[in-house]
Amino acid sequence: MQNEQTNKNIVPRVVVTGMGIISAIGNSVEANKKALLASKSGIGPISKINTIHAERIKVGEVIFSNDELVSQLQLPEDNNFTRTALLGLFAAKEAVENAEILDINSYKTGLISSTTVGGMDKTEQHLKQFSSSSESQKYISSHHAGDSTKKIAKYLGVNEFSTTMSTACSSATNAIMLGARLIKAGKLERVIVGGTDALAKFTINGFKTLMILSEDVCQPFDEHRKGLNLGEGAAYLVLESEKIAKKEGKSIMAYISGYANANDAFHQTASSENGQGAYLAMQKALNLAQLKPKQIDYINAHGTATPNNDLSESIAIKRVFGNDIPDFSSTKGYTGHTLAAAGAVEAVYSVLALQEQTAFPNLNFKSKINETGLIPVTEIKKKPIHHVLSNSFGFGGNCSALILSKE
Amino acid sequence: MRDCYIHSVVSISAQNTFPNEDFLLDVIKYNAKKIQAVYPNYKDFISPVVTRRMQTGVKMGVVAANKALQIAKLNEPDAIITGTGMGCITDTEKFLNSIIDNDETYLTPTSFIQSTHNTVGAQIALGLKCNNYNNTYTHGSLSFESALIDAQLLLQEQGARHVLVGGIDELGTEFVDYVQMIEANKNKGIGVPFSEGATFTVLSTEKKENAIKLQDIITISEASKEELILKLEDFLALNNMDVKAIDAIILGDNGDMYDDYYEHITISLFSNASQIKYKHLSGEFHTASAFAFWLGINVLQKQHIPAEVLKNSGENKSIKTLLLYNQCKGKDHSFILLKT
Amino acid sequence: MPVKELREELKEKIIEQLNLEEFSVSDIDDDAALFGDGLGLDSIDALELIVMLDKDYGIQLTDPKEGKEVFKSITVLADYIAERTNK
Repeated sequence: MQNEQTNKNIVPRVVVTGMGIISAIGNSVEANKKALLASKSGIGPISKINTIHAERIKVGEVIFSNDELVSQLQLPEDNNFTRTALLGLFAAKEAVENAEILDINSYKTGLISSTTVGGMDKTEQHLKQFSSSSESQKYISSHHAGDSTKKIAKYLGVNEFSTTMSTACSSATNAIMLGARLIKAGKLERVIVGGTDALAKFTINGFKTLMILSEDVCQPFDEHRKGLNLGEGAAYLVLESEKIAKKEGKSIMAYISGYANANDAFHQTASSENGQGAYLAMQKALNLAQLKPKQIDYINAHGTATPNNDLSESIAIKRVFGNDIPDFSSTKGYTGHTLAAAGAVEAVYSVLALQEQTAFPNLNFKSKINETGLIPVTEIKKKPIHHVLSNSFGFGGNCSALILSKE
Repeated sequence: MRDCYIHSVVSISAQNTFPNEDFLLDVIKYNAKKIQAVYPNYKDFISPVVTRRMQTGVKMGVVAANKALQIAKLNEPDAIITGTGMGCITDTEKFLNSIIDNDETYLTPTSFIQSTHNTVGAQIALGLKCNNYNNTYTHGSLSFESALIDAQLLLQEQGARHVLVGGIDELGTEFVDYVQMIEANKNKGIGVPFSEGATFTVLSTEKKENAIKLQDIITISEASKEELILKLEDFLALNNMDVKAIDAIILGDNGDMYDDYYEHITISLFSNASQIKYKHLSGEFHTASAFAFWLGINVLQKQHIPAEVLKNSGENKSIKTLLLYNQCKGKDHSFILLKT
Repeated sequence: MPVKELREELKEKIIEQLNLEEFSVSDIDDDAALFGDGLGLDSIDALELIVMLDKDYGIQLTDPKEGKEVFKSITVLADYIAERTNK
């Protein structure tokens, strides 16, 4: 603490100067904003993947097909982009344009992406043809999780530092966190951070075996919630040191004021009863931001709508905020759970909450959870918002929290 | 800026490195295309109840991590950071094949749960009941290096005093064959066997007697050979040294056509340094460079370069500063500086 | 199938399905708790057993919570299966 304070003059503040997103509720930041403000969900029946579960699941699919994405991005026809890479590049490109970056190498720029499934969408279609079909073989090298990042880096011209994180559903929040830390340490001047995940049979069936997929639209924080809807998407933020952003005369969308990573160390998939990992992540993020709990105006919760997550997260929120619970909502009812991308998707929504001075509604909520009694925001709520907390938790106990501020 | 000291390093590899009593004295020579690591007797380290859901990578990782903590006399690290190129590929293949074979019916969750890239880091945290910082990188052959960069940053930010870092990859049963098939069809594909391993190290801000220092690390995604030389010189200058300071260099030669990057660097800058290569012993995999990290630390500590890894006829001088260089297909370059 | 044989069959299946290689059939008591203090199984094992019930005996549990009662012990599980398959 002491150090943070005394070093404040030399440690640069990290700002958001650009954003890009593609999700079930739209192919741009503007489209996502419109849908959020109109309380318009993107969850519906699955159309792009042939699965026997089609009748019994609902998902948040991105409207564009792979062909449409390829043509939008003007990629050559014989490319070996997976859907994860296409979504990632589409959103990252918007973020760079949104930040009005004309020459990517005018400042020392990095790319930190994240994914859980990597190239699985192509692998699961081609696995059994890998040994025989030359058309399939191009997807052998695109399977591993670093592939989409490398493709995005190459397209954007980021030649120096890039890396990929994979901490399940908290991945993109960790990418944002590393980006901010690298700028603060003076190792990068600008960094594109976020995550991407495409829907895949692999994850649909995986979550199905855990019996946590809802047949209906998901109901985060509701007593009768029946599980999550999977989604797909990608989102990226451009982070820069405040000094450079100001020098370049850029409009500052938000400040990255706090972040933290903790591990629940309880179970490979389930969250602990007292939400210890989530509690620590939120508390440490508040400490770094030097904010008191009551200064948080809105929480974009992880809220997957599984019985376990929402109860555990509610308990952790109560432990941090006591009886003074800020307005909170989960936006998973709009997009579904976009896994590795979720942290970045929701960071974009948190910046939009700051820009629009609006807390977005938690769709499909009807009755409060008996044990905790927490009631999320259920309608568009205009109010002064200075600080937003965004939570992301994943398998393996990985819990991360991010605080975005207006000033 | 605070220094990073290496308090322990443990490697499970295709060589008999885990007991680490002799230093690559009796190397195992392989003719096979794929080689498994020399596994420890897992039951000596973790109970079968715990290992019953673990595939090779998770078991190797947890055991190597525990031994690294033991040597460093550390109960609870301030952070656990892992890197893995292919993640938990065995369980990924298992779940994927059961989806295909059973047409999405009668699937069970275990292999899906264990297939996520962060399983090793999570299982270590779970075993230690460690609530601290926990992260996993998966960026091809820069996976371990990314984890090291994060660890170095945590120590320098004063966010941590002791960090556990590891690189893990397992062979798996299917994907590796496809990758090898592609390599075999190339003009000059990877020549060394494909393999697996787990290397863990404890980094600390505390200076211990004889502790090797992780001076610095840099990764570069893309650069021409000429740019690479300039960037490397900048990197050395940033660390207040020039090429003459490098006593030995560990190179990631794997027999493919991109080995000329190693040659170019050594001929241009390091003709006087001892040159070391290792992938004929460790095999190639995304985190094979973590084996080089283990090797470099041992060379510095023991002041000895085993004959089996020496590439040129090195002179018998003391080795104070060592540089690791790895790349993959002319991309994803990494330089790691180690010092006594 | 007589219930006694069914119990033995279940023990073998549980050992195989859950990879409990250090256990043999004789280690598992008919009435001992499978979860918690007894055999030490957890929620992931419960999901594995739910699939086994469906695949091998045609019995479908839709709510994982139901498993808690059904998987109480070998005796309870065998009776549950017998009731539903011997009609």
